[in-house]
Amino acid sequence: MLQNDVILETHDLKIYYGDFKAVTDVNIQIPQKRITSIIGPSGCGKSTLLRAFNRMNELVPSSHIEGEIIFDGKNLYDRDVDPVQVRYRIGMVFQRPNPFPKSIYENVAWAARIHGYKGSLDELVETTLIKAALWDEVKDILKQSALSLSGGQQQRLCVARALAIQPEVILMDEPASALDPIATLKIEELMQSLKENYTIVIVTHNMQQAARASDYTAMMMLVEGTRSGTVIEFDETNKVFTRPGDKRTEDYVTGRFG
Amino acid sequence: MKNNENKLSDSFSRQNTTLKKRRRWSESLIQGSLFLAGFFSILTTAGIIFTLGKEALLFFQKPEVKLFEFLTGTAWQPHINQFGILPLATSTLLTTAVAMLIAIPLGLTVAVFLSEYASRKVRNFLKPILEVLAGIPTIVYGYFALTFITPLLREIFGKDVVNIYNTGSAGLVMGILILPLIASISEDALAAVPRSLREAGYGLGATKFEVVFKIVLPAALSGISAAIILGISRAIGETMIVAVAAGAGPNLTLNPFKGAETMTGHIVRISGGDLSYDSIDYDSIFALGLVLFLSTLLLNIISQWIVKRFREVYE
Repeated sequence: MLQNDVILETHDLKIYYGDFKAVTDVNIQIPQKRITSIIGPSGCGKSTLLRAFNRMNELVPSSHIEGEIIFDGKNLYDRDVDPVQVRYRIGMVFQRPNPFPKSIYENVAWAARIHGYKGSLDELVETTLIKAALWDEVKDILKQSALSLSGGQQQRLCVARALAIQPEVILMDEPASALDPIATLKIEELMQSLKENYTIVIVTHNMQQAARASDYTAMMMLVEGTRSGTVIEFDETNKVFTRPGDKRTEDYVTGRFG
Repeated sequence: MKNNENKLSDSFSRQNTTLKKRRRWSESLIQGSLFLAGFFSILTTAGIIFTLGKEALLFFQKPEVKLFEFLTGTAWQPHINQFGILPLATSTLLTTAVAMLIAIPLGLTVAVFLSEYASRKVRNFLKPILEVLAGIPTIVYGYFALTFITPLLREIFGKDVVNIYNTGSAGLVMGILILPLIASISEDALAAVPRSLREAGYGLGATKFEVVFKIVLPAALSGISAAIILGISRAIGETMIVAVAAGAGPNLTLNPFKGAETMTGHIVRISGGDLSYDSIDYDSIFALGLVLFLSTLLLNIISQWIVKRFREVYE
């Protein structure tokens, strides 16, 4: 991987909740305009690691980190970095669809408006919904409540909502785990079309999803004898799944874990 | 192993088990007593409606009383048989308006602070204090209005402007009384807004202020409206404060510095005097009571409708 293709880079990253060290010693380089998946068993800190990339962990008052996350040549956790600006440039899609209880239009336009978007909101809403592959389904009902949509449509609306402010990175925290297989497929197709312009980091429980949808894979696991998770292997996805360098990864991806 | 299994199953007295339906007396007993408890509260309500209705009917059947004049008359002077509810209703509305002017902005501010900004420590310290405010007997509030707020108002606006008895002072203190009610119900509504919506806001680079005022508050609007309406109906029915501080004697005015008797205040004064049970004065207070009952009932129905109508918004 060429150095200038890297968009996010962690150095000896440790993440704590109070005294509890949830994630330890993570050193990975997330490549630009690729899909990187984070896989691993439950409770090994995948979501915690993901949420460190846009400083969402800070909403839990007791959390803090050690080490660095470099984004755009800057440590995201430097004292002079504004978490609001970080989240403006590194967007997020959550596990369960969580549209605002507002109209479909307003969901997409909301963030643009609070960030002082000067152009035509109508145009922005349309192009964003087209990008999120939702326009054809909702163009006639833009004024309806977002909650009238199906779960899969709601989740694509949440992707659209994140896209509307043109972030550079989109973090996805198990975005399809609450969806049926067809809606899941649509999200995966959407991810493929988005990677031309965006970097995507996705946490998933679904091995097949990681294998078919991502370019790079980070395998996480608890450090033996502790409750802290770490990345035990990080490589191109097909390597991780066909020729894993770590015995534990092999056991996990082939389903012989534990 | 086999022995063990037999022993275990012997411990249940299952040999004679049939599928026949059994009566479980303790279940019936609990169900029955729960039903009785519910039934008594409904019975009480029905009794109140019956008494109010019966006496009010007696009032409206009197030849001196006409319903139209009752609803539109501008003078309430029972001794010359003038029964126009407007002076009493206006001052009820006036004290309520003043109270809400205090209780809504302050109550909502407190609710937003407690639910969104206060640390757990501060919240655990402030909430009990707020609840104490709601637990002070209203007669104490009444004398607080009369002996503290009224002199203060007279000091600020001048003794010629502010009467000793005035609706403004009563309304202000009533606002303080109702503030905890609005704050506490609104805080529940804010706290019920799911965390995921706040996260969605933060995830889009919104500031705390934007998340609180543009996502959480709108999402909690149905609960907040219900809180406000409950506050209004509490203000309409509040009695002791206005009886002590708002003035005795019906007075058709919209000036909050003048004394004016509210519906509740009038009922207190009239029923405190020595009235004979079949006088028209006596019956008139039941008509007022019925009006009070109907207006708070209406407000409660509206608030329930609002909560129901907008409840599913974020589910």
